[in-house]
Amino acid sequence: MPIHSMRKSVTLRKSEGRILQARPRSALDRTLPALFALLTNFQARLSAIQAFAAIGFQTLSVSVIFLDLTGIIAFDAVREWEAGVPGMGRNGKLRSHGKKSQVRLKKTEKGLWVMKHIAIGILGAAAFGLMASAASAATLDDVKAKGFIQCGVSTGLAGFSAPDDKGDWQGIDADFCRAVAAAVFGDGTKVKFTPLSAKERFTALQSGEVDILSRNTTWTINRDTALGLNFAGVTYYDGQGFMINAKKLPGVNSALQLSGAAVCVQSGTTTELNLADYFKSNKMEYNPVVFEKLDEVNAAYDAGRCDVYTTDQSGLYGIRLTLGSPADHVVLPEIISKEPLGPVVRQGDDQWFHIVRWTYYALLQTEELGITKANVDEMKASDNPEIKRVLGEEADTKIGTDLGVSNDWVVNIVKAVGNYGEMFERNVGSGSPLKIARGINAQWTKGGLQYAMPIR
Amino acid sequence: MQEHDLSFVRVEMAAAQPAPPSERGLGAWIRRNLIASIGDTILTIIGIVLVAMILPQVINWAFINAQWTGTDRTFCATVAQGGIQPDGWTGACWAFVNAKFGQFMFGRYPLDERWRPILIAVLFAALLVPLLIPKVRRKGLNAMLFFGALPILAFILLVGGVFGLPHVETSLWGGLLVTLSLSFVGIAVSLPLGIVLALGRRSKMPIVKMLCVVFIETVRGIPLITVLFMASVMLPLFLPAGVTFDKFLRALIGVSLFAAAYMAEVVRGGLQAIPRGQYEGADSLGLGYWQKMGLIVLPQALKLVIPGIVNTFIGMFKDTSLVYIIGMFDLLGVVKLNFSDANWATPQTARSGLVFAAFIFWLFCFGMSRYSMFTERRLDTGHKR
Repeated sequence: MPIHSMRKSVTLRKSEGRILQARPRSALDRTLPALFALLTNFQARLSAIQAFAAIGFQTLSVSVIFLDLTGIIAFDAVREWEAGVPGMGRNGKLRSHGKKSQVRLKKTEKGLWVMKHIAIGILGAAAFGLMASAASAATLDDVKAKGFIQCGVSTGLAGFSAPDDKGDWQGIDADFCRAVAAAVFGDGTKVKFTPLSAKERFTALQSGEVDILSRNTTWTINRDTALGLNFAGVTYYDGQGFMINAKKLPGVNSALQLSGAAVCVQSGTTTELNLADYFKSNKMEYNPVVFEKLDEVNAAYDAGRCDVYTTDQSGLYGIRLTLGSPADHVVLPEIISKEPLGPVVRQGDDQWFHIVRWTYYALLQTEELGITKANVDEMKASDNPEIKRVLGEEADTKIGTDLGVSNDWVVNIVKAVGNYGEMFERNVGSGSPLKIARGINAQWTKGGLQYAMPIR
Repeated sequence: MQEHDLSFVRVEMAAAQPAPPSERGLGAWIRRNLIASIGDTILTIIGIVLVAMILPQVINWAFINAQWTGTDRTFCATVAQGGIQPDGWTGACWAFVNAKFGQFMFGRYPLDERWRPILIAVLFAALLVPLLIPKVRRKGLNAMLFFGALPILAFILLVGGVFGLPHVETSLWGGLLVTLSLSFVGIAVSLPLGIVLALGRRSKMPIVKMLCVVFIETVRGIPLITVLFMASVMLPLFLPAGVTFDKFLRALIGVSLFAAAYMAEVVRGGLQAIPRGQYEGADSLGLGYWQKMGLIVLPQALKLVIPGIVNTFIGMFKDTSLVYIIGMFDLLGVVKLNFSDANWATPQTARSGLVFAAFIFWLFCFGMSRYSMFTERRLDTGHKR
């Protein structure tokens, strides 16, 4: 009974909207618009629900939906919802019908109006919250007051941030936070780690839950602008790569030879899209073997169901360790997408941003100058003016204090984690089981992309 | 009609004869249970073959070939994989579980402070065991200590920050500690709250009834993962900058309210099964509402729904793994987290870790299930013949 009368009320509403209705109304004429109205209403509601669900179902780090986007979707949904329900709201046009339908109509109307405003209110509050927290400044003072840096890391990625046997976080991303702590406090241990999932990482940074997000996060324009974040540098140039089973594909040493291969890939990721684009643009055929979960992809590749595995190159080295015979598998040199990973801070706090950015440059600069964890104290006595300047040994130096830290900040960084090269080799390079080659992450002097701005 | 004096009425029972030899002993049991018909025989053979195929491999993997000690991945990897095991070796890598055992139990709880969760665990067991054994006396005192004093003591000890104990943030908690504390609080809160909600839903007072219905239906209509996600991602955006709720507290509240809504429906099922006469009988005795419910209705209703209640408990115990998505690590979460440690990356690591987690979960769930069956039998006074 309620459904029936609601349908009736919608019919009345809809038909009144159409002034030009010359034909005598048949039953079908009345029910069709009613059904249509119901459907659009339903669809609009669905998209509103989807918008919220979208926030919950962003997949892994390669997801393309970010918080701001979902916000926009949700706003759109509300707008669509508003548009999809004709005559909803404040105008009293529709009051001239039968008594029963009028009462019912008023109820629905009011309910929808209230619901819409609640939804807008929530989204507005979310947007306000974002702005309010983005504007909070003086992270350095906060950090100094509490005595440690809160560092957002991943929920486990080999070589970047993963717990060791004692439960301490190890990896390039974790070490970077230690380096910042060393710069600020002169003590690399004054850092606390918050493991963050891919979904919550940006909210955690925006809401001030963490001071730095050092969590294999790709630098994109969307994140830099729309999300109100600042990327301080690129601690690891990653990109999508290929691993092949050399026993099954002997003699292949380039991805361009992979035409016709069966490729294992995780579904619904940008990885899948990049793969399709790469093979299409190179006019090659391939046979995708698609799985939903990373574990399934691993198992399928190990079982030999496909010849090629594609994901971010840093991940390929970790996966290779879990295969039955790692020696048979080769990571090809081609990188088909850009995934520059780096530490992120909130926008609107230049001082903190500079500290994080120049910590990164200090790590690079010390490697370039050959300053290591072992020789940093000897290097202080060096005759090289550049080394003296970087290490804060120059007379009347103000480099450190201008930055907001002590003048021996670089010494502290190197003593805590070593230079960038040491950090790299220890966590992902030859000193780790991953054995990743420096590649494009080498210093610019050695053909890589890592280039420090001058510290002077 | 002739009178006969031949009537014989037996006055005592005949002594029971033993079953014939063909129906006794192992042979008869096998005949009855395994090879009673052709179909049974075929099924038995298939079963034996399956067990014979699977069991030796499982035992081989889990015990005989297993690597029990070691310090890094080389102990669990074959030579081709860069380790010390012979090629073709497969066995459980218990060395991984061994090395990470502390983390699996306590997460990243500081090493020097681990005596605190251990002490709480000992107290927990010491109070729980007598509470579960019906013969042990002073149930009231025991329950008061278990549900009243222990949570307070556990809070003080585990969180710290008073009496000279260093503060340990909940973000460092993990493993079984998180699983157990979430489920303990969930169970302790959800049962009473669920009963109140169930009574409220059947109440004649419209506002109370409406509130209960709205709460139950709203919470039951949302997946737990969404509740946790909203609590961890949306909530901070609404709060002013710098104000943060403890993540663990958010998860605790979320899980408890969620379980309470389900519990309410389970209890309502029990309430509905009580015949109207019981309510009326209580009324006619002049009992008030709470007396009626507390003395007549609830004892019968709760007894009826023990399987449902324990089912909810078990479900909740396993659902705690969902806190993984808000960056907290329960037992399963911390096991999976440690797969990312490159020092232990081998083909066997993930299997061993997951088997270990499954075993712990099974241990607790099976324990709960057996105890609930025991309680059912003990309380099943009305329907047993």
